[in-house]
Amino acid sequence: MAEAADFSIEQSSDDAAIVRFTGNLAIASIGDLDQRLQSLDVAVEQLDISGIAHIDTVGAWLVHRTAKQTGARISGADADARQLIDAVGGVDETEQVEPVHTTSLNRFLAEVGSGVVVAFTTLLHFLGFVGQVVKASFILMMNPGRFRWHAVVQHFDMVGIRALGIIGLMSFLIGIVIAQQGAVQLRQFGAEVFTINLIGRLTFRELGILMTAIMVAGRSGSAFAAQIGTMKITEEIDAMRTIGVVPAEALVVPRVIAAVIMMPLLGIYASLMAIIGGGLLCWIILEIPPDTFIQRLREVTPMTDFWIGLIKAPVFGAIIAMAGCFQGMQVEGNSEQVGLKTTAAVVQAIFLVIVLDAFFAVFFSEIGWD
Amino acid sequence: MAEPCIISVRSLRNSFGDQVIHDGLDLDVRRGEILGVVGGSGTGKSVLMRSIIGLQQPDEGTIRVFNEGMVGKEEDEATDVRRRWGVLFQGGALFSTLTVAENVQVPLREFYPEFSQKMLDEIARYKIHLSGLPADAAHKYPSELSGGMKKRAGLARALAMDPELLFLDEPTAGLDPIGAANFDNLTRNLKDTLGLTVFLITHDLDTLYAICDRVAVLADHKVIAIGAIEDLLATDHPWIKEYFSGPRGRAARRGHAKRPENKVVDKQLEGRP
Repeated sequence: MAEAADFSIEQSSDDAAIVRFTGNLAIASIGDLDQRLQSLDVAVEQLDISGIAHIDTVGAWLVHRTAKQTGARISGADADARQLIDAVGGVDETEQVEPVHTTSLNRFLAEVGSGVVVAFTTLLHFLGFVGQVVKASFILMMNPGRFRWHAVVQHFDMVGIRALGIIGLMSFLIGIVIAQQGAVQLRQFGAEVFTINLIGRLTFRELGILMTAIMVAGRSGSAFAAQIGTMKITEEIDAMRTIGVVPAEALVVPRVIAAVIMMPLLGIYASLMAIIGGGLLCWIILEIPPDTFIQRLREVTPMTDFWIGLIKAPVFGAIIAMAGCFQGMQVEGNSEQVGLKTTAAVVQAIFLVIVLDAFFAVFFSEIGWD
Repeated sequence: MAEPCIISVRSLRNSFGDQVIHDGLDLDVRRGEILGVVGGSGTGKSVLMRSIIGLQQPDEGTIRVFNEGMVGKEEDEATDVRRRWGVLFQGGALFSTLTVAENVQVPLREFYPEFSQKMLDEIARYKIHLSGLPADAAHKYPSELSGGMKKRAGLARALAMDPELLFLDEPTAGLDPIGAANFDNLTRNLKDTLGLTVFLITHDLDTLYAICDRVAVLADHKVIAIGAIEDLLATDHPWIKEYFSGPRGRAARRGHAKRPENKVVDKQLEGRP
């Protein structure tokens, strides 16, 4: 709509010059005026802006800055331009917009240090959090009237019922994979029939529960962290506290109970689906009919495998729910934190589940349940 | 530059399902004025603003901003118009993962990628200064700011592109009276210094008296009255009467009249029934 901002240099005396601005000194038409003004190599004594068509704050800033850097005076400013230049010129020059940069070594040391501090404080906070949840559970046991059945049932639905489809499909496919791989390897020894041992023992003892835990951590642990984190940002949790509702009672205990009860049920369901998948493959590839498969399965799979799965599942459920709720409670400040803490909740939950699973594996072997 | 009105809304109709918000709404905003928009809760003040800035597609009607039709434009269209206005949302709507200075630089980076980082920093610095924030607020995150400072930071971002037109959605809501009065002065000063036109949604009667040139009243799905406050006081619409002559309205008017510079205007006010 207007011509671009420009300037011309007019030599006024031997060692001084007048810079005359023309055109539209506005953000849209300023172009490379900034760089060109920075690279002026003459001594400027006067900045004449009487020839400009329009000026906005960006133009005013450039004129002001050039005047300040060169010591030139500004002439030809009408009242509006004067007002703009004075307004933008009021800013304190010494203040840096960008924070001061430190050396990379310092930054590295600072990061390591704060990482260690964060790790320890997080551990302490987590212990405190577990204590809060245990205390809240006891209080609820003493006062069953305050227990939120409705919330628990709602989380049954979210954690358990709605996960049936995906966990069923996943376990079915895992059963097929175990059977197929087992059959291929064991055939080399003519021991295809042991594929059934592999399916029965692996699914009940390890994979059924472990894969379910990973899926629940991804589905529900993340949801817990995101829900509670968002509630922290919108101050809903502060509102609860002021009203006298204990967040651990209202938010955490129902979620933990739902996960603790749903995990074993989902685990058994997942193991059954894996066995159906494995059985189907045995029928098709190894030509073992279903009734033989089931009979053989009952002979080779000890009841202890079932109990091992059933003992591990509620522990995993509690860890997943606690990690999710804990990370949600750690959210502070902005929306980016919700994403970070949700990721942390899932990673921590899966990591802890696998560590504990290794511990359980050794423990149950030692007590003779092998 | 010949357009008489910066914003011109004609027979606007907005509805959500069965609920009609606006029906046959007309509104003109003149260049260089501060137009206050008032109305009861649910009369569609924010919806009107969202329609004008293109966040809400109206059912019917025309909206012209800077003499360009806005209805039916996609978000990536009419960017020439978009860079000529600034919007301050109710909560500030700052990007929470960016510092205040980076927030101010977002529109500049978007439209003028050729600006050097040094230039951007300088622009951010004086915009933050203009909006009345201390210089050390520049590298704070929105979560570290108070409510009033968030609004000022939002204003700094709204001013980033040197807009001619500024939309303010309840800028003084949630501020203490001193902060609110300061924000009013700031708005007035910026309008005078930068030659802004301001579209101001407010519930704050003090703001209306202190800085608005004209006030538009929204009720019954349309603008039922528009004009200087003295003119509005003369109308006999029950809602307007209650709004300006209720206890709060009278208090705001008295407070306004006490200031020496307003004595002349208020002689006229006192003379009215």
